Amino acid sequence: MKHIKTITNRVLKDTMKNGGCGECQTSCQSACKTSCTVGNQSCENKNN
Amino acid sequence: MVHQYKNNGYNIVLDVNSGSVHVVDDMVYDIIAAYEGHTVEEVVCQFDGKYSKEDVEECYAEITELKEAGQLFTEDIYEPYIDSFADRPTVVKALCLHIAHDCNLGCKYCFADEGEYHGRRAMMSFEVGKKALDFLVANSGSRRNLEVDFFGGEPTMNFEVVKQLVAYGRSLEEANNKKFRFTLTTNGILLNDEIMEFANKEMSNVVLSCDGRKEINDMMRPVRSSGRSSYDIIMPKFKKLAESRNQMNYYIRGTFTHFNLDFSKDVLHFADEGFEQISVEPVVAQPTDDYAIREEDLDTLKEQYDILAAEIVKRKKAGKGFNFFHFMIDLQGGPCVAKRLSGCGSGCEYLAVTPWGDLYPCHQFVGNEDFIMGNVDEGITKPEIRKMFKASNVYTKEKCKNCFARFYCSGGCAANSYNFHGNINDAYDVGCELERKRVECAIMIRAAMADENN
Repeated sequence: MKHIKTITNRVLKDTMKNGGCGECQTSCQSACKTSCTVGNQSCENKNN
Repeated sequence: MVHQYKNNGYNIVLDVNSGSVHVVDDMVYDIIAAYEGHTVEEVVCQFDGKYSKEDVEECYAEITELKEAGQLFTEDIYEPYIDSFADRPTVVKALCLHIAHDCNLGCKYCFADEGEYHGRRAMMSFEVGKKALDFLVANSGSRRNLEVDFFGGEPTMNFEVVKQLVAYGRSLEEANNKKFRFTLTTNGILLNDEIMEFANKEMSNVVLSCDGRKEINDMMRPVRSSGRSSYDIIMPKFKKLAESRNQMNYYIRGTFTHFNLDFSKDVLHFADEGFEQISVEPVVAQPTDDYAIREEDLDTLKEQYDILAAEIVKRKKAGKGFNFFHFMIDLQGGPCVAKRLSGCGSGCEYLAVTPWGDLYPCHQFVGNEDFIMGNVDEGITKPEIRKMFKASNVYTKEKCKNCFARFYCSGGCAANSYNFHGNINDAYDVGCELERKRVECAIMIRAAMADENN
């Protein structure tokens, strides 16, 4: 494309299929204790 | 839903419901705002005199292509899905163990009332901690990775119990097919070589509390007994520990308040001192506290995040980057939508345990006895509290419905919502404003680095 550069084309809805395993880190166990930072965590499910 | 903004010279378009991120030129930036519900002819007309017909048609076609690929103007289809997700059996996978309700610092903003959580001083016994780990294993279902944070007060004031609990946890791993990830949150006063060695062997993450520049840290974090500087005691030890962990798997973590609205200087102070993993977040306080962040501080704070983000890009490009926790975002491999919608897990997947073995929804609720959910002897005795937390998600919060950041903060912190509005399905507005800014900056940094790589 000439005018648009896509940084990520990850489609969230695709994670509905294999998501929800719950193995990822709890956000308040990482480096915040007073805000909610779920988006900072990484997925641990290789099928996702 | 599309969120578009300009930051640090980049025109960024976030397609909220798919999570796709695009960097666009000025023309597409304007046309995207006019795209929905309008034909190409109408858009050509709208920009007549500003952009040529050919240019508008070309941009319009590119936007349409992304729309058809499910990367722009996607719908939010997750509400029925999250309802089915909430029906799953509840498992517990993370505990915050309040190893010591006591502290050797007298931090003025401490939500834990200088370690005592508005109660009495107490240390967790090995027996209580052992029951907590048994409770965790017994209630974790098929989850393999279990997280235990040694928290306080100051957990190193009861470090023998920490060591015993780590050994006990390890003894449970093989037979139960579990893997404990232990973490330690410490103010550093009692850190010594023995604790560092132990932490490097057993702790998957260590959170080191310090607020930044010496004068800022010492203003809010004096030594409790003498009121003297804590910075001089802790900084050499924190540097040593960070180096001994090869600058990984730790965070130096600070709090900024109304008294240091120029907090980007504190973050950069840490970076200049050699720390590579940094987390500094706003204080959460009642409006009556003189150090509380106020609405009129927001513009200054947002500007600070912009300054910090631009500086991080500059340093990363020069090969001298560092991680700022609140700008970390994994655009390609971040959490699944189920996780993003259900939030931090407080009150169901994540619980706090007091020195006496009472269970609370999270560390921030400890001390508010209305929220005692059970104890390590009997397990959950008030399932209605768990049910309330489990039912809470992005869709139960009115304020989140039209917010572009809802898949990044996942509805925000339940404790903050409760403390400001008396229920967990509201949102702490000042916190939301800052979170939205952080998400914008985080995405900009990714865009800038992608630019660099091409």
